[in-house]
Amino acid sequence: MKAIAEGLFTEETPPRLIGGKDRETGRIVFPCPSSETYEPVALGSEGTLWSYTVQRFRPKTPPYAGPEAFAPWVVAYVELPGQVIVEARLNNVAFDDVKVGMAVRFAPSPLNPELADSPYIPAYVPVSAPAAGGAA
Amino acid sequence: MSGDVCIVGIGIHRFGRTDGLSGVDQGVFAVREALADAGVEWPQVQFAYGSSDAAGNPDTMVDRLGLTGVQFINVRNGCAAGGSALFSAQMAIKSGEFDLGVAVGFDKHPRGAFNALPSEYNLPDWYGEVGQMVTTQFFAAKIMRYMSLFGISQKSLGMVAEKAFRNAVHAPHAWRRQPVSLEEILEAPLVSDPYTKYMFCSPAEGGVALILASEKKARELGKPLIRLKAATMRTRPPSSFEVFAPSVDVVADDSGPRGTASRIASADAYRLAGMGPGDIDVAQLQDTEAGAELMHMAENGFCADGEQEQWLAEGRTEIGGALPVNTDGGCLACGEPIGASGLRQVYENVVQLRGDGGGRQVPGAPKTAYSHVYGAPGVSAVTILER
Repeated sequence: MKAIAEGLFTEETPPRLIGGKDRETGRIVFPCPSSETYEPVALGSEGTLWSYTVQRFRPKTPPYAGPEAFAPWVVAYVELPGQVIVEARLNNVAFDDVKVGMAVRFAPSPLNPELADSPYIPAYVPVSAPAAGGAA
Repeated sequence: MSGDVCIVGIGIHRFGRTDGLSGVDQGVFAVREALADAGVEWPQVQFAYGSSDAAGNPDTMVDRLGLTGVQFINVRNGCAAGGSALFSAQMAIKSGEFDLGVAVGFDKHPRGAFNALPSEYNLPDWYGEVGQMVTTQFFAAKIMRYMSLFGISQKSLGMVAEKAFRNAVHAPHAWRRQPVSLEEILEAPLVSDPYTKYMFCSPAEGGVALILASEKKARELGKPLIRLKAATMRTRPPSSFEVFAPSVDVVADDSGPRGTASRIASADAYRLAGMGPGDIDVAQLQDTEAGAELMHMAENGFCADGEQEQWLAEGRTEIGGALPVNTDGGCLACGEPIGASGLRQVYENVVQLRGDGGGRQVPGAPKTAYSHVYGAPGVSAVTILER
């Protein structure tokens, strides 16, 4: 699994997201800024849905680098308890079943599922969903 | 300086699409209209602040208006650019340095969603590559959280949009002036849940100019005094939720809305004006999407969080209601030329205070008027006018 950028996921299996902890205040942000004042920390794998929307149109390219063919996806804000709320996709769920407060688990998914070597992007799935990532 | 800063002239180039006319041209049009309204000539103008986000440098308009050597400062401040230009202009008069000046804003955006690149916002490239560099996602996620906390329905979002188009029928400067039924609004395609296409404003074109004067100068000009009792511009507090946010702080008590620049700017405006929300007769609140109007009613102190549905049920924000909101259809019906949008709100408030609103005039001769803009990444500007 190749992440879309360096320093986003840990090297373990399954990977975790990497946040940045302010060395002075302890505040955690995502992604980890490339600054000496932030220390990379592995974020928790499970959290709850803080808010969301559904992206219903293909974003402009550039900067969007996803496939030409477009299918709507859930844009999620996931609260990782005691750490930070991160923005990522939410896969493997029907749009009508998405609810603020639902339990979700980190499961990166390919930006372009049609490509064997597609880079992986930050994503979550409902805790009740099977382990494999991928688009809903 | 003694007395208040007064608005003595207003001008507007209609919002929407005007092919063949540049953004600067629309700004010049508005300035000329405002000068005529105030009964002054360009050479009398001592200074100008101009705002534009995407249509070139405002100071270039001296080519058209006259090379008088006037001081002309350009302002860029996201969606609060117009409000920031007005704030700066009133400070120039308050300082005692000048007696007469212009705040002008214009813009001309390409069709479609605003096209933002990660590097312009200090974000990594991947954030755009995965499809998250989209402003509508933020606005939708903000209202989705708010709806879950305070039980606001999608129908209420539709009612806000319906009112906007209904009010705009009577606003000659508005873009979308046809009424749209609540049913059509709710059944239109979703852009970003819970918002359908009628619930988001569109980038647009337009120009607005305001002539500001010291109270002494305003009396000399013989104009009815529209006093600028407060103009504030503020930035965001810690842990706020803003556009293009890859992460948001976890807070100990997350059962209410987050702090915002709007709440700070609003509280300071009331303090400066010596007024409270109950003293306001008409308000223009940033409504780049339908839910923003509802959230901003609370952020500006007009109602408690969660009271909005009752306000709508009682028609309190209608033209004839207790607090008419967005009497010209707001951003939803006028579109959003960024540099001009905040000044349009003040233009509309002056129209209302003068009693010139025609079919959209707030009854009962309103005496006070409030305006509020919000922009990325957490800037807000508020004004309070009194006649």
